[in-house]
Formats: sequence, C-alpha cells, structure tokens
Amino acid sequence: MGIFLVGLSHKTAPVELREKISFSEEAIPEGLDKLRAQSIRENIILSTCNRVEILGQCENSGKGIDVVKNFLATEHSVPLTDLEPHLYIREGDEAIRHIFRVASSLDSMMVGEPQILGQFKNAFTIASEAKATGIILNRLMHKAFSVAKRVKTETGIARSAVSISYAAVELAKKIFDDLTDKTVMLIGAGEMCELAARHLMQNGARKMLVTNRTYSRAVELAQEFNGSAIRFENFSESLIRTDIIISSTGAPHYILHHHDVKEVIHQRRNKPIFMIDIAVPRDLDPEINKIDNVYLYDIDNLQAVVDTNIEERLKEAEKADGIVVQEVRTFGRWLSSLEVTPMIVLLRERMEQIRQEELNRTLPRLNGISEKEKKAIESMSTAIINKVLHGPLKALKSGNPEEKETLMEVLREIFRLEGSPEKDRNEKKR
Amino acid sequence: MMLKIALVAYLLSTIFCLFYFVSPKKSLGRAYLTSAVAGFLFHTWAIVSNYLEAGHIPVTSFKEGMSFFSWTIILVFLIIEYRYKILILGSFIIPLAFIALLYPALAGHEIKALTPLLQSSWLGVHVTLAFLGDASFALASALSIMYLLQERQLKSHKFGATFRKLPALEVLDSINHRIITIGFLLLTLGIITGALWARATLGSYIQGDPREIWSLITWVIYAALVHFRLTIGWRGRKSAIMAIAGFAVLVFAFLAINTFMSSYHYPGRF
Repeated sequence: MGIFLVGLSHKTAPVELREKISFSEEAIPEGLDKLRAQSIRENIILSTCNRVEILGQCENSGKGIDVVKNFLATEHSVPLTDLEPHLYIREGDEAIRHIFRVASSLDSMMVGEPQILGQFKNAFTIASEAKATGIILNRLMHKAFSVAKRVKTETGIARSAVSISYAAVELAKKIFDDLTDKTVMLIGAGEMCELAARHLMQNGARKMLVTNRTYSRAVELAQEFNGSAIRFENFSESLIRTDIIISSTGAPHYILHHHDVKEVIHQRRNKPIFMIDIAVPRDLDPEINKIDNVYLYDIDNLQAVVDTNIEERLKEAEKADGIVVQEVRTFGRWLSSLEVTPMIVLLRERMEQIRQEELNRTLPRLNGISEKEKKAIESMSTAIINKVLHGPLKALKSGNPEEKETLMEVLREIFRLEGSPEKDRNEKKR
Repeated sequence: MMLKIALVAYLLSTIFCLFYFVSPKKSLGRAYLTSAVAGFLFHTWAIVSNYLEAGHIPVTSFKEGMSFFSWTIILVFLIIEYRYKILILGSFIIPLAFIALLYPALAGHEIKALTPLLQSSWLGVHVTLAFLGDASFALASALSIMYLLQERQLKSHKFGATFRKLPALEVLDSINHRIITIGFLLLTLGIITGALWARATLGSYIQGDPREIWSLITWVIYAALVHFRLTIGWRGRKSAIMAIAGFAVLVFAFLAINTFMSSYHYPGRF
C-alpha cells in the first residue's frame, strides 16, 4: 500500500496555470469518484488559490501517480507535457512529510498563515463525505491536524504580526493593553491607514475621529467607521482626547511638531499617545518620539518590526520542521505495522464498519444531543475498538511465524474476515 | 529546617524564573511558580512554628526581620500574580526574596528572650504593617523595572525576547500605582502604630532613632509619588524611576541601620 501526492503550488506554478488546474468545491466529489474508479483506494483533493494537491493511497503508487497526472491533465484540458514540469510528486514518507508541512502552514507563501489548516480540514470533510477516504488517509489527516496544532502551540510561527497594520495593532496593545476606551484619530486617507484603523476597531477601539484636507472626504470616511469628522484646520484641538493617531496625508512637510505634542501631553496629564506615521514624506516630526509617554512609529519603523517578525517566523519554522520529521517517523511506524499484516487492515476495517453501522443506528435516535456529546460518543466507540483490538494486534505483530498463522486463522474465523482488503471492498460494492 | 527547605524551593524558583526570562517556554513559568508556592508554604510553616515557640511574632532580630521580609515579598507577589497573572513578574522579584532569606536560613537559629520593651501586642501589628508596606514597595520597584524595560523597547523600536512576555505599559503603570498607594497606606499605619507604641512605653511619639528618621524619609518620597500622580499626572517613566529610587533608599536604610548605627529597632542585631 503506498501513499503518494501529486500537486502544484505557488512555488512551482504561475497563477495562470494554477487557476486552470483548480477545482471548484462542487467538482471535487466527482473528481474523487473518477480517481477511485481507477484503482486509487483512497484520495483527497485540496484546491486553494495557492495550490492544488491530490493525495492518494493505492496498491502501486507508481501507477497511481500516472493515473492522477493524466486525470489532472484531461480534467482541465491541459496537455500533460505543459503540466508536468510544474508538478511535484511525493511518495511514502516524503508525501506524509509534505502533508504535515502544508497543514502546519510551513509550505505557505507566508509561513504560519492560519487559513490553510481550515482549507485542509474542508478538503478532508468533502473527501470523507464522498466516502473517498479509508483508515489510512483518515488516520493521516487526523495526524496532520494534530501536527499542525502541535506546531502552532510549540513554536512561534503564527505568533507575531507580519503586516504593517497588524504590527500597529500589536504595538498598540503593548502600550494600552485594552483598546476599548481608546480614541483613534485618522489624519488623511489611504488604504494602509484605513486598514490599520479597521484592525484597531476589530481589536476593541470604539471612538474614531477622522480628519482630511477635504472635509467631505472626512465626513465620508467617518460614516464608514461610525466615527465623527473633524475639520483639518482644527484637528490639533482634538489631540487631547486622542490616544492613537494614524497619519497619512500628502502634505510635503510635517503637520505636527515637537512643541505641539509637548503641549498636548502636558494637557493630557501624561497619558500616553501612540502615533503611527504612514505618510511619505513624513507627517510627524521624528523629534516627537523624544517626548515622554509618546510613542512614534514611521513606516520604516513598522516595516522593521514586520521584517524581524518574518525572520522570527522562519526561524521558528525550522523548529517546526523538526516536529514534522518526528511525527513522520511515528506515522511511518504505524503504517509499516499495517504493511506487515494486511490482516490488521481487514480487522480494523471490519471493526470500523461495525462501529459506523452502530453509530448510524444509534445517533439519529438520540434526540437533542449536542455536537460535543455526539463527538464524545464517537470517540468513545473508537476507543472501545482500539482497546478490543489492542490484544489481538499485539499478538499478531509479535508472535513467531507459526503462531501467527494459527492466530490469523482464528481471527478470520471468529470475525468472519474474508480475503484481502481489495477483495473485501469489491465484494462490498457488489 | 523548614526555613532551609523554603530556601531550596526559592533557589529552584529563582533558577526557573531566570531561565523563563530568556526562554519562551511557558512550562518554566509554571515550574517557578509552583516552587515559589511550595517555598512559601514551608516558609509560613517555619514562621508559625517560631511564633508558637517564642510566643511572639519572630521579627525581633535582623535575621528574623530578613526572613519575615522575604516572606511578605512572596506573599504580596503571589497576591499580585493571582490577581493579574503576569507570569514574568517573578523573574524580577523571586531572586530578591531568595537573597533576603539566604542569611536567616543558613545562620543558626536561636530564640532570645524579649526585652521588656518589646513585650507588647503592639509588636505584631506595628511590624506586620511596616513589613507589608516594604514588600509592596519591593513589588512596585520590580514592576517599575519591568515598565522601564518595556518602555525602552517601545521607544527605541527595538524589541528583545522579553517584549512579548512583558505586559502593556498601561497595565504596569496602573498596577504600580495601586500597589504604591496600598504600600503607602500600610507604611503610614505602620508609622502611626509605632509612634503610638513609643508614646505608650517610652513617653513620646518620636525617639530620634535612625530607623524612625529613615522611615519618615521613605514616607516623604512615597507621599510625593502618590501626590504628584494625583495632582499633575506624574506617571510612566518618571514615577517608575521614583519608585525604584524610593525602594533603594528603603533597602539602604534597612541595611545601613543594622550594620552601622545603633537602633532599638533591632536590639539583638546579628
């Protein structure tokens, strides 16, 4: 039994090709079925804007890879010769490692970005609802999710802000902690400063003051942020009640000087002000930063924060790769224990089948139980199976060859197991 | 014996919390906290059994005073930790509690009979108040150091390993303010009870004892700190520096009086 993966991503293929190869969510179940009709026992299709990957499990992975390659080409009407140079192919441990890395967001364009895990879970749900996954890929995916969780909690790859606007929020929280009673003033307009303002609001900031050289523009923006507009000529009067300033005007010179702010801070009785100057040329005199209780950041300062954070993420990613390697080994051990005795697969499948049947019978009859309780029942049933199987499997794995023979005979008899997993599946189909 | 066990626990705690200071591992934080709590329990045990043995609160020699000071520091630290959950705070205060306990735990223990002067129920009240006040100021200075560290990182736009673990400036500043206010009240009460006690036994409120003089100096410093915050909004860096200076004076006074000056506050001295 071989696990393999065929895919392409932002690292290997240009967007023109990725968009051609991508699958819509509705098209995936059909694709899964087509592949299963061609001797791929289990498969999952992951399709996001940055990657398309097909993970499969079959008797002969070499053959499976060819099937998937041809499937990708014909399904999207792209000549295989055009597609092939952009594909990467992973087999066995390498495929497992790749899956773990993708799920943990180590292969993402921005290492540590959180979306990929959700997309991954979604792809798995689609595949398992289409009954395209079996014990091996189910186990692999659950393991991938737990690896992702481990990576997230044990390393810092998703800890720090990697965009200017998030960096601003992060800094604001290290000055004020709680932003709910803070007033933000937006001077000027622009995508980045609006984004920063929006992030600050998402993090609790309520009161928003907006000013602009063109008053009507200020009114417009103020409406958008549910704040109030201030005339540009008078903005300095409102500084006393402002805790966070985001400035981004097109002014060719400073609009706020050292002595202005000194006066403001005095009137505020030293309550701190966080100033973010996104404008180039700068709006706020850098000397302002020398005043006690004023924290001034210009665009370069913020960029430097982002850069160090990215560096830190990459460093943490190395740690994460260590975790992945370790987990690949664990999974590989489980997998090879399956290979030693296909019997185990049979036994597990039989048990799983019984479990599913009983769950399907019982769960609908339990009215009004919550998702959580349902999950608990499901995991309890899995636990029972594992406990029951623990003894027999241990005996199967450890006994001497002759004893094994007898054991298998007995097991086959009492659990009514027939043939190889392959045959069993075919029988079920019939 | 109990005191030695407490010392070992504080030593462990000190090691863990210093490692926690530089490492992102949260388990180190939990480890130091657990050992600090364990140490505190043994320390409490030691103090209680001393109390039972001697029949008065064990604060009548330099040694006992240091031990009690160390105990109140951990007590106040644990209260703040429980209330605000600032795990990194320990890295700034546990080592101090450990150092304070070194001498009392390692030097032998003997109980001396109390001089008639100190045989009074005023003793427990006066000393406990004063020490709790001092411990509050110790914690305030730790929080102030944290404030200055965090402030410097935010001001210079350069961030080290502690940036993430240290809380926000406003949090540090407001806890600092609260603890100084409480410490100031305790110190004030401590001085008042001391004065009343002196009046009752010695005839006048103030004896001119160095300990009294220095207490009044400390009192003036903290009074200024509390006062200026309320009137002209002294906060942030300035009040952090003042809090550290105030505690430095306090420690200096405590050590200097016991080493160089004669004071009826520690008749046994060493």
